[in-house]
Amino acid sequence: MTNVMNEGDITRALRRIAHEIIERNRGSENLVVLGIPTRGAFLSARVADLISQIEGKPIPRGTLDITMFRDDLRMRAPKPLLPTEIPAGGIENTDVILVDDVFFSGRTIRAALDALGELGRPNSVQLAVLIDRGHRELPIRADFVGKNIPTSREEIVKVHLAEIDGLDEVLIEGNA
Amino acid sequence: MKRHLLSINDLTYDDAVLILDTAAELAKISDAPVKKLPTLRGRTVVNLFFEDSTRTRISFEAAAKRLSADVINFSAKGSSLSKGESLKDTALTLQAMGADAVIIRHSASGAPARLADQQWMTGSVINAGDGTHEHPTQALLDAFTIRKHLRPENKDLTGVKVAIVGDILHSRVARSNVLLLTKLGAEITLVAPPTLLPVGVENWPAKVAFGLDAVVADSDVVMMLRIQRERMAELFFPSEREYSRQFGLNSDRLKKLKPTALVMHPGPMNRGLEISADSADSLQSVIVEQVTNGVSVRMAVLYLLLGGAPLAAVANIESNEKVGM
Repeated sequence: MTNVMNEGDITRALRRIAHEIIERNRGSENLVVLGIPTRGAFLSARVADLISQIEGKPIPRGTLDITMFRDDLRMRAPKPLLPTEIPAGGIENTDVILVDDVFFSGRTIRAALDALGELGRPNSVQLAVLIDRGHRELPIRADFVGKNIPTSREEIVKVHLAEIDGLDEVLIEGNA
Repeated sequence: MKRHLLSINDLTYDDAVLILDTAAELAKISDAPVKKLPTLRGRTVVNLFFEDSTRTRISFEAAAKRLSADVINFSAKGSSLSKGESLKDTALTLQAMGADAVIIRHSASGAPARLADQQWMTGSVINAGDGTHEHPTQALLDAFTIRKHLRPENKDLTGVKVAIVGDILHSRVARSNVLLLTKLGAEITLVAPPTLLPVGVENWPAKVAFGLDAVVADSDVVMMLRIQRERMAELFFPSEREYSRQFGLNSDRLKKLKPTALVMHPGPMNRGLEISADSADSLQSVIVEQVTNGVSVRMAVLYLLLGGAPLAAVANIESNEKVGM
């Protein structure tokens, strides 16, 4: 088991992502930050807080559960649903920042794009992830990446966050 | 969870809470502009109704359609059943058409269990009311409604006092509710004339009272049951007026209720018999909301029974599968 990011690394990465989001969007006028539960939701709350601090105003935020949109539903037992909270203003004509912890096959993000489509038509959708571990199975890329970590398929990337796991860290398990 | 939902006894405590939690998330879909999820695309759900029903059939149909399943409605009237086809032959026909789930309502207690046990079909069987036996999805939507109003922060219904009033003897709703609500920690009092209580009621996990006045002030939920004229071959009480006096929820009793108490009824109501019009339409009544919640709860049941792989296949896949994201 290898520790590839500690608390300080994660905080710095998120801070940089927050600045990049503001730079890319020339401010935060039209932003809505949505996290994919479980850990993406905590990360998105942190990113939204950071953007609010920098811009000095609240940023609409929420969570987006993608369970019902997965393409592998038929291959495993049904999973419990996780909360979806869409900010009151909706996502119509906004710039949506999707936030997830680990970017791997891209299938989660494909499901998230489908889920977003049911909620409205955003002006744009951008993807922020803490870890990009490669091995994409779909033509999907991230706009903001905390850290690129080359992995083999056999390895497991674990993100631990203080909100749920007690401390911030990113670990790689397996035959590294 | 088991493959079929025939009785509340098929559910563990955790299963029941999982269904309620899933329904709570799915309820949000009903508020969304697009009330549709792709989850059951390509699956076929058959509504097999041997008895009349408005609410339950439409509710299951709406639930299945919101999950993108194909729905086939099949009612006994106007089908080969009126020509004398047996349950077995009907089941084999449905199997041949590739039904993934059959939602059955039948006047004979145990008909869904027979359909499930006989290996005539490979799909899931969901009991939508069988004779005087059970109606599990009604109990689930009642529990969902009670939890939403009285225990919004909790998993279960610990300490909620529920009075179930009326024709307990013939009521599949009462049977399922006693099983489910006690499983979730509620305290139940059955209120009925002795003639409308089943044999062995003293062994049920519920108290019994013989008049509504005794319990009305102390209850958190008053669940009125329909007087089922179609099952009343014998005289169970002297007259409808006398029943209404003793056991009906009228204006006077409505005033004695706690301000937070809920008035429930599984429908269809006999206004003026077991429930007065002003009680049914009062602010404390959640009778219309029960119907709305029914769709969410049935979506949850369909998702949890049909949404994943067949159970045998799951064990297979999970043992082979490497952990992915």
